Amino acid sequence: MFGKLTWAAIPFDQPIPLFAGAIVGFGILCVLIYVALKGWVPYLWNEWITSVDHKRIGVMYIFLAMVMLVRGFIDALMMRSQQALAYKSPGYLPPEHYDQIFSAHGTLMIFFVAMPFVIGLMNVVVPLQLGARDVAFPTLNSVSLWLTATGALLVNISLVVGEFARTTWLPYPPLSELKYSPGVGVDYYLWSLQISGVGTLLTGVNFVTTILKIHAPGMTYMRMPVFCWTALASNLLIVAAFPILTATLAMLLLDRYLGFHFFTNEAGGNMMMFMNLIWAWGHPEVYILILPAFGVFSEVVSTFSGKPLFGYRSMVAATMAICLISFMVWLHHFFTMGAGADVNAVFGIASMIIAVPTGVKLYNWLFTMYGGRIVYATPMMWSIGFMVTFAIGGLTGVLLAVPPADFVLHNSLFLVAHFHNVIIGGVLFGAFAGYTYWFPKVFGFRLREDLGKAAFWCWFIGFYLAFMPLYVLGLEGMTRRMQHYDVAAWRPWLLIAGVGALVILAGIVLQITQIAVSIRDREQLRDATGDPWNGRSLEWATASPPPAFNFAVLPRVEGGDAYWDIKQRALQGELGEEPAYQAIEMPRNSPTGFICAFFATVMGFSLIWHIWWLVIVGFIGAFATFVVFAWRDRTEYQIPADEVARIDRANRSARRAAFAAMEQPAE
Amino acid sequence: MSTSQGIAGRVDPHHLGHVGQAGLRQPIAEHAARELTSKRIIVGYGFWIFLLSDIVMFSAFFATYAVLSDATAGGPSGRDVFHLDIVAIETACLLLSSFTCGIASIGARAHNNLMYFGSMVVTAAFGAGFLSLEIHEFVGMIAIGAGPERSAFLSAFFTLVGCHGLHVTLGLMWLLTMMAQVFAKGYRPDILRRVLCFSLFWHTLDIIWVAIFTVVYLMGVAR
Amino acid sequence: MSDSEPILHPGDISPGDERVEGREIAEGVLAYLVGLGLATLITVVAFFISGTTLVWQPSIPIALVVLAVAQMGVHLVFFIHITTGPDATNNILALAFGVLIVMLLMVGSLWIMYHLNQNMMPMEQMMQMQR
Repeated sequence: MFGKLTWAAIPFDQPIPLFAGAIVGFGILCVLIYVALKGWVPYLWNEWITSVDHKRIGVMYIFLAMVMLVRGFIDALMMRSQQALAYKSPGYLPPEHYDQIFSAHGTLMIFFVAMPFVIGLMNVVVPLQLGARDVAFPTLNSVSLWLTATGALLVNISLVVGEFARTTWLPYPPLSELKYSPGVGVDYYLWSLQISGVGTLLTGVNFVTTILKIHAPGMTYMRMPVFCWTALASNLLIVAAFPILTATLAMLLLDRYLGFHFFTNEAGGNMMMFMNLIWAWGHPEVYILILPAFGVFSEVVSTFSGKPLFGYRSMVAATMAICLISFMVWLHHFFTMGAGADVNAVFGIASMIIAVPTGVKLYNWLFTMYGGRIVYATPMMWSIGFMVTFAIGGLTGVLLAVPPADFVLHNSLFLVAHFHNVIIGGVLFGAFAGYTYWFPKVFGFRLREDLGKAAFWCWFIGFYLAFMPLYVLGLEGMTRRMQHYDVAAWRPWLLIAGVGALVILAGIVLQITQIAVSIRDREQLRDATGDPWNGRSLEWATASPPPAFNFAVLPRVEGGDAYWDIKQRALQGELGEEPAYQAIEMPRNSPTGFICAFFATVMGFSLIWHIWWLVIVGFIGAFATFVVFAWRDRTEYQIPADEVARIDRANRSARRAAFAAMEQPAE
Repeated sequence: MSTSQGIAGRVDPHHLGHVGQAGLRQPIAEHAARELTSKRIIVGYGFWIFLLSDIVMFSAFFATYAVLSDATAGGPSGRDVFHLDIVAIETACLLLSSFTCGIASIGARAHNNLMYFGSMVVTAAFGAGFLSLEIHEFVGMIAIGAGPERSAFLSAFFTLVGCHGLHVTLGLMWLLTMMAQVFAKGYRPDILRRVLCFSLFWHTLDIIWVAIFTVVYLMGVAR
Repeated sequence: MSDSEPILHPGDISPGDERVEGREIAEGVLAYLVGLGLATLITVVAFFISGTTLVWQPSIPIALVVLAVAQMGVHLVFFIHITTGPDATNNILALAFGVLIVMLLMVGSLWIMYHLNQNMMPMEQMMQMQR
């Protein structure tokens, strides 16, 4: 009746997950009861859960990312403390548990922190920067969000019902085959990623279409902000790479569920094909993560240097070059698997070549700063911190791209230090710069600068303390994922790394505090201009927060830095005359995304535990939801012209008052 | 040009979005025509991008098949189990169904009930014929011990060809839905957009079948 | 989405669509018939070549690939109406991107796996060593 699910699935005999699960479960219960008692459920349902507005969806993505960051970071703290303690001792985490922790850490951080963070930022910003009202397929956007949330939910459920995979964040066969991983852990991983992978692919389709087809009048491709170009490149990579992940995980699922022989030891399976395919996805994946971060830095650096971005065309060219080359380097993740010198050489050289366009970007940011009047606001601090940190990480990457060097350093802590260097220094710093930069736009009030800067410094110093020792350890021969060790020389470095992790913890605490305190003090931090940083692109032309329809009348774009010209003319007293307001059609909210995801969760959970009848129920539910959605007759609602006028007039007068108080900005 | 509504008049200076109308136009007609044009393009392009991602997924299965095509583990190889005459009939079914699907697209755009419904029925018949032949082939292979769990080659074969068959099945369900929707709601713009997406899907399935019968069946037998 | 949603290229067209203003239904049907005829011809040739001994044997796989590509082209042009006009630049670019990715994945995987397999001991031998 319940497949493989029994009471034994709950880890009554393992104190740590039991305790953690109890605390989290209790916390979630308290939040739900509080929300219900305060009467917020209708508001949340109507305004957020069923919303198809890209701004709301983006915020929910980022919220998911931040919550998962805390969970993934707790895993990191556990790993660091275990390694600090486990010198000639078993530490406090038995190997079966430790293996699940580093697997969960990697899986969560890549799929449910970095991806949602970056996708959330693109959701909020890209349509505003393009001068559009929403993305191409708003309801599909909601489906993507909720399917991603389903994936995150399944991984988290594995903490208290069953177990998680012990096969690391990429489940290499034959370890991940049924014979060597008979439990449900790998299945949790596989179904969680298959479901959220569908969501991500749909996001890719959505944004490629939006960026290529929906622009304000006058905005040609070469007048788009660089963030939109990097978003385009990233989404093209999503469309190209995620199908490979889907296919590869499907093949592993077929091996596990139906006894196929793609990657088994017997009957002719070839497990090396798994590595080949999974990295053909895996390498574009990291570029999917980093390209939007590069875009964020382009926006932030130009705004806080008070200058247009240096070398727009070369930025665009570099972005598209990175997009293409990133599909030609994937073998560098398995140099040591034995393809031979010729193959290794080709991919090694390609991996070095891809550093060139990144270098172009870095120089362009530096030249943007040169001669500008730099404002060291929090987003700019993250950007400068990124430039230093990512340069180091990139250099170690080029070092690893040399096959003979990689033969020594593959799967050592040197590798671990390298990819954390570029992911934290690149993606995470970019995500933090992005959310501190655009927070006032989304919510209408600023974040406290002092707490933001303190958080930055804790992260920056903590990162170096935690990861620079790992470079040394890698060169001294320590491999990754070690549960215990007995080399005395390694111990001091691991202790320093442990301290670094605690400093980062302080940074995270400061970030949470910053958000809480800023919400409490939001009236003092209110921004009425819609343009607190003196920005250059179109999102700053809207009110903060923007109305549902973004722009009352789509702005006419005359040149690059679309908003800058409009603003100059406005400051010189030529505030545009009131436009002729028309009624605006907006897409209706829809519960389709949420309900589909609910049934996807049911299906995923029942597939994992082999509860076949429940799988069918879930499938019927999902299908029915889709049919209901496909048969609806009213897909849009109209905002009447006087309503548009009322909202816009209020925003215009607030802005006019703010401009009157502003001084002329420098060019 | 008319006493234009601000920005609305500055776009589309050559009036390409408005078939047959010149000079002054009513805002509603302009709105409707532009909505028709631009939404159709956006939806069609978006679905095209999705189809390309689907093709990439198939190519991952193709690559795996190519790599594993010799891994017969002492079991049957392609030459032992493929029947080219059946494959030829399957190919004819899909190709003809693609043709009739094209006729259905013309019928939909022309709002011609006979053309649309008639062609869709014929398309469905050919598609169902293809599927029944393929299911028969699979059942036959499993019965003689050449099922997917026999060897890596057979796993790859069943997955690649089976994935295509699954897409054809979904396509048939979509086809029936499109017939039902036009029947119930008429040739509404949003329904026509879905018919466009369906026909793109169906033609793409035939393109993938060309790759399958070439690489899997013809090359598998002609070793 | 809003009504005042202007499009970048006034002459843009969706993939799968064709310019139908002023054209008879019969012309549209004719295009599909031509496509059907060409595709049938190519298919028949492909089936024939794979089974015959009249052709130099080593060339058969290449010939089959060429015929397959040609038939895909026929489908794209006559059934999906992909053209190279300025209206369709985005559609062609998307297709080209997809083709590039497919080529990279297929050629790359085959090249890599061929080399890996060369350097690997056969699996049966390896399994025997485990016992």
